[in-house]
Amino acid sequence: MNIVVLASLYCLIGYGYVLIYQVSRVLNLAHGELMSLGGYFLLTIVIMGMTVSPLTSFLLAFILLLALGLVIYFVLMRLMTGESVFTAVLVTISLGILLRGLITLTWTSQSWFPLQYMGIRASSFQFIGGAQIPTFGLVKVASALGVFLILTFGIKYTRWGIKMRAVGENPLLASQRGIAIHKYYALAWGLATSIGGLAGMIQACDSGLDPGMFIIGLKAFPVVLVAGLDSLSGVIPAALLVATAEILAINYISPQASDVAPFAVLVAMLLIRPWGLFGTKEELERV
Amino acid sequence: MAFSSGYFKTSYAKDLTIVETKPRWVALLLLLAALVVLPFLASTFFLDLANQVLLALIGSVALMILTGYAGQISLGHAGLIAAGAFTTAILFKELQAPFFITFPASAVTGGLLGIIFGLPSLRLKGLYLALSTLSLHFIVTFFGSEYETKRGLASGVVLDPPSIGTLRLEDPRFWYFFLLIVDVLVVLLAINLIRSRTGRAWIAVRVRDIAAESFGINVSYYKVLAFVVSSVLTSLAGCLLAYYRGFVSVEAFSMLMTIEYMAMIIIGGLGSILGAILGTGFVVLLPYAIDALVNIFAIPSRLTTYMFAIKYASFGLVMIIFLILEPSGLAGIWRRLRDYFILWPFKHKPVGK
Repeated sequence: MNIVVLASLYCLIGYGYVLIYQVSRVLNLAHGELMSLGGYFLLTIVIMGMTVSPLTSFLLAFILLLALGLVIYFVLMRLMTGESVFTAVLVTISLGILLRGLITLTWTSQSWFPLQYMGIRASSFQFIGGAQIPTFGLVKVASALGVFLILTFGIKYTRWGIKMRAVGENPLLASQRGIAIHKYYALAWGLATSIGGLAGMIQACDSGLDPGMFIIGLKAFPVVLVAGLDSLSGVIPAALLVATAEILAINYISPQASDVAPFAVLVAMLLIRPWGLFGTKEELERV
Repeated sequence: MAFSSGYFKTSYAKDLTIVETKPRWVALLLLLAALVVLPFLASTFFLDLANQVLLALIGSVALMILTGYAGQISLGHAGLIAAGAFTTAILFKELQAPFFITFPASAVTGGLLGIIFGLPSLRLKGLYLALSTLSLHFIVTFFGSEYETKRGLASGVVLDPPSIGTLRLEDPRFWYFFLLIVDVLVVLLAINLIRSRTGRAWIAVRVRDIAAESFGINVSYYKVLAFVVSSVLTSLAGCLLAYYRGFVSVEAFSMLMTIEYMAMIIIGGLGSILGAILGTGFVVLLPYAIDALVNIFAIPSRLTTYMFAIKYASFGLVMIIFLILEPSGLAGIWRRLRDYFILWPFKHKPVGK
């Protein structure tokens, strides 16, 4: 059961990586920081008491993050169009460092527990087999599935989704067909940031909030690679695989192995099938 | 190299000289003299800063060879430094090994790891290569922390200062001269490697590997060679770092360290040894410069608790600014300045730019 919960967290984070990569071929290494920013936004909204209902504060934080994603694209990443992919990736790394510094500046490095301020107590459900699962574990699973369904449907059938895929496949042709490519790049950034932030919010409710949280984002990264960077549907099985490896490593090797297990899976994957389980093969520039 | 001053090479011998003109000899000798005099004038604090720069320079030159010249991206640099440091620490702790054993042993570890880090480069390129080296970083540091916990050294391994012959490296001034000599050797090695057949092969691989292959360059060999050379140097830097700090602990070798080294070569300017030197100075000294700024402007003491975060954020900001506004880095700025003054009062573009 732990595996499923961990896997759904990785799924939620992984969607963000995939969205941005699929559309703009940039790997967003600031995703972990953006994720924890989601938790902090939620915290601030809750503390300031702008809304009473937890659901509304979730929604508000979600919208704020969407806006933040758009701003990041238009202020920063737009300048990177035409530059080499690696430069763009480095910019996201630097953005991550900047954000980490700013997070510590604004919210200090202490641990926060948004649940305290919301007036909810962490509860858990009892299952028939006697297995217990925390409520927010269920929320994780549910939202991972929900987001997956919405994204798959949205990208496959809606106008915006189709245009987004067109931009991802061939930006030049797409722009010649009259698609405003910057709009769709920005949309991908906005969506990815807000979904990653959602993961951060739930995780913050589940186990608290501190600046070290971005590590989870970094660990979700092998998931995306195992899935294949441009495959949304591959994220779920890949997340299950990586989460299984991680939990097994914790149980049978040592607790410290939890940080390493995902990356060990990643190395194995890169050597055997570098394009991932479900990625497109010709995507990868191979030697 | 094309000069804007109208200096042209007229013989093959001139093409092979490292220091090309007389003014450059003068400048170089002046620089060396200044470096020799520096430790006698500087306070302990500044001496420590200088030592830090000299230490970091070995690693950044190594990364410059790998990324700047051979074009192989590696995010496992901190892992390699950790490997060198831990080889030293383990040999010292378990066998009481002296410096002249740990130093070559670190080089051997580095070489072996270089082959392991380099192997993915035969199949992967760019982003994927960066990721595989990133995961190797996590694996190396994992073994380091396993060693620490298994041996019950949770807070790290303490090292005695090393001795070379009868000389004990304890005084920061001794360290300074030792590191200075090592650095000069490393820089000379790097410059000569890059001028030679090997370096030209690396540059060819970086620019377009398929064309390089068709010229008869053994691409796989040169890629792995670049990784090995770079890793050996990096591990040696790790060994020296371990002795200099007198203390080895996994926490020091985080992702941040890798990013700092990446920043050094990017801010310095990729594909230039001068860039590696300038970038190292810039990145190492930046946090201290911010400290000094805060002191000068007497910013309220409330902020001092946030110093670390401020340094962190400004580091990210500086990197973004360089990536967006000055991709050729400090070396590029230096070249532009030099051309400006050489050509003054004229303003034409130098040849070959």
